[in-house]
Amino acid sequence: MTPLLDVKGIAKRYGRHIGCADVSFDLWPGEVMGIVGESGSGKSTLLNCLAGHLAPDAGEVWFDTRVDGPKDTLKMGEPERRMLSRTDWAFVHQHARDGLRMGVSAGGNVGERLMAVGARNYGTIRHQAIDWLGRVEISEERVDDRPTTFSGGMQQRLQIARNLVTGPRLVFMDEPTGGLDVSVQARLLDLLRGLVRDMGLSAIVVTHDLAVVRLLADRLMVMKDGQVVETGLTDQVLDDPQHGYTQLLVSSVLQV
Amino acid sequence: MTDQAYNFAYLDEQTKRMIRRAILKGLAIPGYQVPFASREMPMPYGWGTGGVQVSAATLTPEDTLKVIDQGADDTTNAVSIRKFFERTAGVATTTSTRAASLIQTRHRIPEEDLTEDQILVYQVPIPEPLRFLEPRETETRKMHSLEEYGLMHVKLYEDISRHGHIATSYAYPVRVEGRYVMDPSPIPKFDNPKMEMPAIQLFGAGREQRIYAVPPYTEVVSLDFEDHPFDPSKAPHACGLCGAEDSYLDEVITDDEGGRMFVCSDTDYCECRRAAGHCGPQFPEAAA
Repeated sequence: MTPLLDVKGIAKRYGRHIGCADVSFDLWPGEVMGIVGESGSGKSTLLNCLAGHLAPDAGEVWFDTRVDGPKDTLKMGEPERRMLSRTDWAFVHQHARDGLRMGVSAGGNVGERLMAVGARNYGTIRHQAIDWLGRVEISEERVDDRPTTFSGGMQQRLQIARNLVTGPRLVFMDEPTGGLDVSVQARLLDLLRGLVRDMGLSAIVVTHDLAVVRLLADRLMVMKDGQVVETGLTDQVLDDPQHGYTQLLVSSVLQV
Repeated sequence: MTDQAYNFAYLDEQTKRMIRRAILKGLAIPGYQVPFASREMPMPYGWGTGGVQVSAATLTPEDTLKVIDQGADDTTNAVSIRKFFERTAGVATTTSTRAASLIQTRHRIPEEDLTEDQILVYQVPIPEPLRFLEPRETETRKMHSLEEYGLMHVKLYEDISRHGHIATSYAYPVRVEGRYVMDPSPIPKFDNPKMEMPAIQLFGAGREQRIYAVPPYTEVVSLDFEDHPFDPSKAPHACGLCGAEDSYLDEVITDDEGGRMFVCSDTDYCECRRAAGHCGPQFPEAAA
């Protein structure tokens, strides 16, 4: 079996400051990888380098494409990479506003990716949009409303529907539950877990919330100052942290 | 004689050369927006400064010029641009579509079929069809270069979801020769099918500094959905003056008691038909 994503020695510097340094890992089909660490530890830089939003200074990102097998996405041409990012990849932003078109109705938002890959039948597009709104628990009546009229949690769910409608194989998530209150977070996590399991998605989830990775992630990577300090199975890392920083992180979680 | 201080057709020869280069590039890549160094013209932006510059660069002393605004030869915009070229280029002008070799237009294509000997120059306010959905110029350029036109259909999708049909009735996006998506300038969608024509079509946007072109006999397809096909609609009436049923109509309010009439927006077409003896129901002589 080939890994879905094979990351080798990714490094990104911002002048003298290190974004992330020498990160390598494999992601297998159907696996969810969590990346945790404090603010400024390079989590988002790494995610953006992997998703092609930032150009890393060094390293390779091999993705197992449907047609040609493993390919280094950093060496791909831009048309191919952009095609990948609207078919096999998905990116869920922390702020739904970054990932949605706020001036376009919910149905249009979900349908955009379908139309981007060539769907030209209004009825089919609308049907699929409504189907996906249902899967993320948004009622059919809201299909023609703009996301500006949605609550934060609904916007986030709409963003997820918009990303998953083309059946991607790899989802990048940047703090998917950031800025939501706890009960909404819980529902969103429940929903995400269901979707990831049902669709057999692979995902990379960046978060500073250990509860999120406990629920979603199979494996965990802990980052500090741009370096990976510890990796392992989620339960193993969280229940028996080895590195000093991980121990600090785990013990910092408030117990209610 | 202040008029003598101007070069032929107002612009200096270097500027015209620069504009002609942009036009040639536009013709070589149908539908592609070519940037050009738009000049200040002695009229405000929005009055057709782009079209005027393209006309100035294409005019020769032997040309006969026609200028129309919403199809009419006698509205402010048309009259002032015609006068401008009468003064600065001294070319012959006409209101007859058939007699003109160069036609500058705002918002219409003449009803009469154009020929290979004619050039049609459009005035364009916003040349970027994707602008209202994607405000970043860097991004729209990338979308054009990578042929990512899904967003254009999002606009049409929004139309259908809100109004039940594609409600975009002017500046209706087209795809040129299977490649570039282009804004045909704010012509009614009724005129879109006419864009596959024997004449050269040039588009000038002065404020936005873009020139683009459609060469003769180029394929121009209006975007649509399989289950909501493109419909070049018009008002379901005949012209009140000439009785034409195949021309694009303006609705004119005639009194404050709900009186109205529909007349051809192409004044030359209407006059020619009346001269040929056609008569509509509201033509004064017919009523008398």
